[in-house]
Amino acid sequence: MEKREFVCIGCPLGCNVTVDTEGGQIRSIAGNTCPRGADYVTKELTDPRRIVTSLVRVKGGELPVVSVKTEADIPKDRIGECIGVLKDIELQAPVRMGQVVAEDICGTGIRVIATRADAAL
Amino acid sequence: MTDIIVIGAGVTGCAVARELARYDWKVTVLERASDVCEGTSKANSGIVHAGFDAQPGTLKAKLNVEGNRMMGELSRELDFPFRNNGSLVLCFDEKDRPTLQRLLEQGKENGVEGLRIIERPELKELEPNISDGAVAALYAPTGGIVCPFGLTIALAENAAVNGVDFRLNTEVREIERTDFGYRVITNGGAFETRVVINAAGVYADRFHNMVSGKKIRIIPRKGEYCLMDKKVGGFVDRTLFQLPTIYGKGVLVTPTVHGNLLAGPTAVDVEDPEALNTTREGMEDLLKRAALSVNGLPVRQVITSFAGLRAHEEQGDFIIGQAEDAPGFFDAAGIESPGLSCAPALGRYLAQMVLQYLPAGEKKNFIAGRKGIPSMALADAEERQRLIQENPLYANVVCRCELVTEGEILDAIHRPLGATTLDGVKRRTRAGMGRCQAGFCSPKTVEILARELVKDMAEIGKNDAGSEFLTGYNKDGIEVWEEVQG
Amino acid sequence: MKKDLVIIGGGPAGLAAAIAARDAGVEDLLILERDARLGGILNQCIHNGFGLHTFREELTGPEYAGRYIDQVLARDIPCKLNTMVVDLSDVPRGAEGEKGEAEGGPKPERPEGRKKSVCLVTVMNREEGIYTIEAGAVILAMGCRERSRGALNIPGFRPAGIYSAGTAQRYVNMEGRMPGREVVILGSGDIGLIMARRMTLEGARVKLVAELMPYSGGLKRNIVQCLDDFGIPLKLSHTVVDIRGKERVEAVVIARVDEYSRPIPGTEETVTCDTLLLSCGLIPENELSDSLGVEMNPATNGPKVNESLETDREGVFACGNVLHVHDLVDYVSEEAAQAGRRAAAFLDGRLEKTKREIPIRAVDGVRYTVPASLDTGRMEETQVVRFRVGNVYRDAAIEISFDGKVVSSRKKKVLAPGEMEQINLKKADLEQYGDLKEIRIAIRPADGGKQ
Repeated sequence: MEKREFVCIGCPLGCNVTVDTEGGQIRSIAGNTCPRGADYVTKELTDPRRIVTSLVRVKGGELPVVSVKTEADIPKDRIGECIGVLKDIELQAPVRMGQVVAEDICGTGIRVIATRADAAL
Repeated sequence: MTDIIVIGAGVTGCAVARELARYDWKVTVLERASDVCEGTSKANSGIVHAGFDAQPGTLKAKLNVEGNRMMGELSRELDFPFRNNGSLVLCFDEKDRPTLQRLLEQGKENGVEGLRIIERPELKELEPNISDGAVAALYAPTGGIVCPFGLTIALAENAAVNGVDFRLNTEVREIERTDFGYRVITNGGAFETRVVINAAGVYADRFHNMVSGKKIRIIPRKGEYCLMDKKVGGFVDRTLFQLPTIYGKGVLVTPTVHGNLLAGPTAVDVEDPEALNTTREGMEDLLKRAALSVNGLPVRQVITSFAGLRAHEEQGDFIIGQAEDAPGFFDAAGIESPGLSCAPALGRYLAQMVLQYLPAGEKKNFIAGRKGIPSMALADAEERQRLIQENPLYANVVCRCELVTEGEILDAIHRPLGATTLDGVKRRTRAGMGRCQAGFCSPKTVEILARELVKDMAEIGKNDAGSEFLTGYNKDGIEVWEEVQG
Repeated sequence: MKKDLVIIGGGPAGLAAAIAARDAGVEDLLILERDARLGGILNQCIHNGFGLHTFREELTGPEYAGRYIDQVLARDIPCKLNTMVVDLSDVPRGAEGEKGEAEGGPKPERPEGRKKSVCLVTVMNREEGIYTIEAGAVILAMGCRERSRGALNIPGFRPAGIYSAGTAQRYVNMEGRMPGREVVILGSGDIGLIMARRMTLEGARVKLVAELMPYSGGLKRNIVQCLDDFGIPLKLSHTVVDIRGKERVEAVVIARVDEYSRPIPGTEETVTCDTLLLSCGLIPENELSDSLGVEMNPATNGPKVNESLETDREGVFACGNVLHVHDLVDYVSEEAAQAGRRAAAFLDGRLEKTKREIPIRAVDGVRYTVPASLDTGRMEETQVVRFRVGNVYRDAAIEISFDGKVVSSRKKKVLAPGEMEQINLKKADLEQYGDLKEIRIAIRPADGGKQ
C-alpha cells in the first residue's frame, strides 16, 4: 500500500487529503471536507488538470492586453502548449467579457474566454 | 569651443554654473549621469549648517557661514523648499561641557549669530521628545533644512535659462592641456575650453590629477540614512546633532523640509566611489545612535533607507581655486559636509576667482528668479482651485501618498533640464517619495514619461542607462518556460 | 453638494457596500473611485479562485468585480471615476445642523431619520476640479497597499528591478509588459505566490520564493498550484539580506533566519536574478481615516469598529481591506454589504446610539477581532466576528467565552496567520445572557502545544 498526501486546490480551505493506493488503484481517501476533495485527488492521480489564466494582446483597446481563462481545467501537461497558442492570438477591440478567444484550445475541446472587457479607444 | 567647462552637475557644479551665468562666458556643464543631482547631492542630510563645526580660518568655516546667510533669500529667488528650523548640539554628559563650550566659542569666532548654550529645562521645552540623557545643548537659531534636490535643480534650471549648456550622459575620460587651455575628452566627443572647473565630487581627484602634479586624494565616505514617515515628521522640530560621545561621532535626527523624519548618517570610508549600498550593520548602527538623541525614536515608521558618499579629501578642508601648476584649471574638490550649506557662497567665490583669470562683462539680461513646480500638496484651497482652472491635470492625482498630480509631472518633464527618468520626476515633484515608495504610481509615471518623451515604456528607466524597468512583452521568453517544464 | 451616503472606494468593498445600501433604501449615494474604472485591484487579479463562496463558481478577479459592477449599474448608483478624496474632515460647528427646519427654510433633504452631516469629503478630479461634499454617512472602503522595500529594511543597492508584487502584477496583467526575466520573490503571501505563477506563465524564470516565517502566509492551494506545479522552491525561514547591482538588480543574497528572524551568518546564498518581487504584507490605507481622526486598532492598522462596522465617529463605517486585510474577496463583499446595510439604518434613524458596548477580547493566540465590540440592542440577528491568529496551530480549538464561561469550542485542523477565521454570534444567544460584560475569543491548542 502506498500513502500519498495532497493539498486540495478545489477551494481556499486547502484540505490535506490522504490517499491510499494499491497497484494504482485508490483504496481510500481521507481528510477532505467535501466531495470535491475526493474528485481532486482522484484526478490528480490519474489526469491532473488546471484552469489556465493568462492574457492575449488586443489591438486598438484601452488596454493593450485582455485577460483570458480556459473555461474548464485542461490537462496539466498541456499548459505550456496552451500558453504558446495564446501568445499568437491578437484580438481587435472592443472585447467583451466572456467573448470566446479560442474555440478548442490545443484540441482539448475546451474554450478560452476573455475575463475582462476592453473598450475600443 | 567654449570658455568654461564645469565637470559635474551636483550642487557645487550647479551653484558655480549659475554664478558663471551672470557673465558673458560660454559655459558648458558636463555630467555623466542622466540628470543633475545624481551624486553626493542626492543623498545627504539636507541640512543648512549654522557654521560652528568647522575650524576657524578654513574655507569650510568661511563659506558655511556665508552660505547659511544667503540660503533664505536664494530660496525665495529660486523657489525651492528651505526652512530655518534651528539646530541643537546635544551634550549627554556633564564631563563633555567643555567641548560644548569650545564649540560655542568656535562658532562665535566663525561669525555664527545667536549661538547659546541652553540647559535641560529649556531643551525639553523646545523639544519634548528629547532624550532623558541630554543634559544641555548648543542652540544655533540660524541652522536650517533644505531640499537638496530642490536646491540643486533650481540652480541648474536657472543656469540653463541663463544660457549654460548642460550636457547630460556625458562622461569625462581625459583632460589634455592645449595652447588655448584644455581639451576635455568625453564619451560624447571632445570639448575645447579655456577654463575647467572640477566639481566632480568623489571623482574630483581623478580629474585634478590628470592635469596637476600636485596630487590630491578623495576618499569616498559612506553615510547611511533612514527616512521615516511624515506621520512622525513632527517628532522633533529642530535638527538634533550629538556631541561626539564614547560611542563615536554622532548622528543627527532632523525633520526634513518636506515633513519626514531623517536619521543618519554613518561614516565609513570605502574604496568604491559607487558603493551606494546600504548595509544591515549601518542601518542598525545609525538607528541605535539616533536613539540616543530622543526618547522612543519611531523606528517602525522607516519608509526607506539610502546611502550617500561624501567626497572627503585627506587634508580635511575644501580645495577651491586654481591648481598651482595648471593655470585655468579650478578645483572645487573635497566638498563634503557642509558642502550643501556652502554651495551658494562657494559658487560666488569660485566665479570671482575665474573672473580674475578670465575677465568678462556682466550679462545684461541675466534672469535671477525662477518659479518652481507648483505643489498641489502644499497649496491652499484657493491656490488649488486656481491651478486646476489653469490646467485640469492638476486635479489628476498620480502619486496618492504625496498627492502629486499629472499636471506637476508634466511640468517636471517639460521645464528646462526636465525630468527624463523616474528618479528625475521623483526629485522634482516627490511622486513616489511617500510611504508606498512608488508602488502605485511608478507604472503611471513611467507611462506619462514615455508618452511625453515620445518613447516606448521600455526605454524609461529609474535613472541612468541600464536602469530601465521593463524587459519585454508578455510571453517573449516563453521558450525559456518550456525548457523549465521539460 | 450634499449626499446621504458617500462611499470612498469603488473596489469590491465599495461596490458591495453601495449595492447593499441602495437595497436597504438609500437613494442618495455616491461612489468615489480614484482609478479610471470600478473594481479596484481585482482588475489586475486575473487568476481564478474568486467567488466560490458567493457565487459557487470559480471566477477570475475581473469577472468577480464585473458581477458587482453590473449590479451597481443596474441600480443606477452614481459613481465618480478618476476622483481622489483629498481630505475627510469634521463638519465645522455651527456650519451644519437643523438650520433648514429652524428657519422654516427649504424642506430638509432627508425628511426622516438623521439630518446632520457627519463629515466633509473634499474631492478632486479633472472634470469638476476640487470641491466638498457634505456626507450624511460615509463608508470607508479605500483598500490597502503593499509593504515597501524601505519598510522592510532590506539592505543593499537601490537599482531598478525591485517591485512590490502588485506593481509587477499591474505591468504584466494590465500593460502586457514584463518587469523582469529572472525573478526572486520575497514573501509567500498570496500575491507573491500568484505572481510566481503569472511570471512563469508569461515567460519569466522564477528562481525561488523566500519566506521569513517558518510557514507560508498564503493559501495552501496557491503553494500547490503556483509553486509546486512549476517546480519553484519555497524557502521558509529565509530572507533577502543584500541586493546587488547598481543600475539593475544583478543578484540578491538570501540567508536563513533564526527564530527571531535574524539572518544566520554563514547561510548566505547568492542568487543571480534581474528582479526582486516583494510580497511582504499589506497595510490598510487609512490616511483619510487618520485625517478625520478615527480611533485605530494597532493590530489591524484599520479603524476600530463596533458590530455595525462603525468607527468611533458616528455615521462613519469601514469595510474591506481598509478595515483589516482579508485573504478572500468573498468575505470582503459580505462584510461590505453589512456596512452598507448599517449605514442605511443609520441614515433612516434605525441605528440607535450605542447604549452598552460589550467588548470582544482577542486573547491567547488571537491577534484581533473585527468587530472589537458589540451592542446587542443594535446588532443584526447574526454577527460575524472575523479574526486572525498569531501562529500556526494544529488541532487547536477556537473557544468563545461569555464573562469567563466557555460557551463554544470548535476544533480546527489547522489555524494559520495567513488564513482569516470567523465565528458567528447570535443575537438570541447573547440576549439570553442578560448583563454580559465581555466576550472572549481564544485559541486552545491541542494538548497545550502549538507548532
